[in-house]
Amino acid sequence: MNRSKFDLAVGAFVALGIFALLFLALKVGNLAGFDTGTAYVIEARFDNIGGLKVRAPVKSAGVVVGRVESISLDGETYEAVARLRISSAFRFSKDTIATILTSGLLGEQYIGLESGGIPEYLAQGDRVMKTQSAMVLEKLISQFLFNKAAETPGQTK
Amino acid sequence: MKADPIELLTSLGHAVTSRLDRLGLAARFSVAVFRVLGAVFLRFGLIIRELYFSGVRSLSIVIVSGLFVGMVLAVQGYEVLQRYGSTEALGVIVALSLVRELGPVVTALLFAGRASSAVTAEIGLMRATDQLAAMDMMAVDPLARVIAPRFLAAIFSVPLLAALFSAAGVCGAWIIGVKLIGIDDGAFWSQMQASVDVRIDIINGVLKSIVFGIAVGLISVFEGYFAVPTAEGVSTATTRTVVTSSLAVLLLDLVLTVMMFRGLN
Repeated sequence: MNRSKFDLAVGAFVALGIFALLFLALKVGNLAGFDTGTAYVIEARFDNIGGLKVRAPVKSAGVVVGRVESISLDGETYEAVARLRISSAFRFSKDTIATILTSGLLGEQYIGLESGGIPEYLAQGDRVMKTQSAMVLEKLISQFLFNKAAETPGQTK
Repeated sequence: MKADPIELLTSLGHAVTSRLDRLGLAARFSVAVFRVLGAVFLRFGLIIRELYFSGVRSLSIVIVSGLFVGMVLAVQGYEVLQRYGSTEALGVIVALSLVRELGPVVTALLFAGRASSAVTAEIGLMRATDQLAAMDMMAVDPLARVIAPRFLAAIFSVPLLAALFSAAGVCGAWIIGVKLIGIDDGAFWSQMQASVDVRIDIINGVLKSIVFGIAVGLISVFEGYFAVPTAEGVSTATTRTVVTSSLAVLLLDLVLTVMMFRGLN
């Protein structure tokens, strides 16, 4: 086998390998969601974050606009502090409401942002003033049972 | 026969020092190889030739293995997932296990068996037939002429082969999951894309396979270069290449996995 045949075979091998890498990046992974653009970080405080994880998506109207960068506990107020990395392409007004939601019945938890109407926007380091904590199943059930017990048998609701 | 405690201690000491000695030899050899690595790029034809023998000739085994591994993962994964009614997550399971673990690890093991053993045997035979000494006499550095191109070929080949393995595996899982079992095509791909992260999963997988390529490549050329120059010595060296490479890959995989994925959750 002469030199140019080697070159051809190796060229085909390298091209195939790079094609496989691209296939993995574009078709298996999601390069479009690989956010390399600029972003800003805002802070949201919750009484209870439930099962929220770092890197969970931040969505607005169901569209991913950022990710949870870090989660910590404020030692004085005992609130969970979630820092959200939001793509600079999106602006949210200062009265935005941040809610912890669950995708599907058993799915992962994410943060939903609902923009308000004030024409002033959240910037780097700002804090989301209105938040709504995660629904904790045990609390919901105990509340339900408590309400049920409070009802007297003949009473209609 | 009654064992003499002094003799036992001596043999233990000898075992330890001879292994340390070999480790030191390997370390000095690695440094020497890395030192001549840059010069090899001037003679790129040498690398092309080794890429052909190590990389191109391993293509068939890697792609076929990837296809089968992906198919088996799909069958097994489907069996468990259908109990929970979430068969659409099949793509996620298959893609993550392939890209994170099986792709780099199994490819490195296959490469050790298919290509590294051949490299060790070739270099060992060169040593046994005094070809390396002859090169030295002609003022040709055998490290730069023989060792470095084969080592570089392993570093280039393993990541490319691992990517091919993973891609073939995903296609195999698609054939079983979507074409034969009948999972929804759109859900299969979209759930996969939503869960596989380019940086955390794919780039980490590629990094792993580069490290494995370095390890497997170094072990194969080292064992060949220092093979005992007899027929038996070459066969022992070949066996050792496969055994040491496999163990090194699995150990490195544990270390790298802990380093890469520990802080995620």
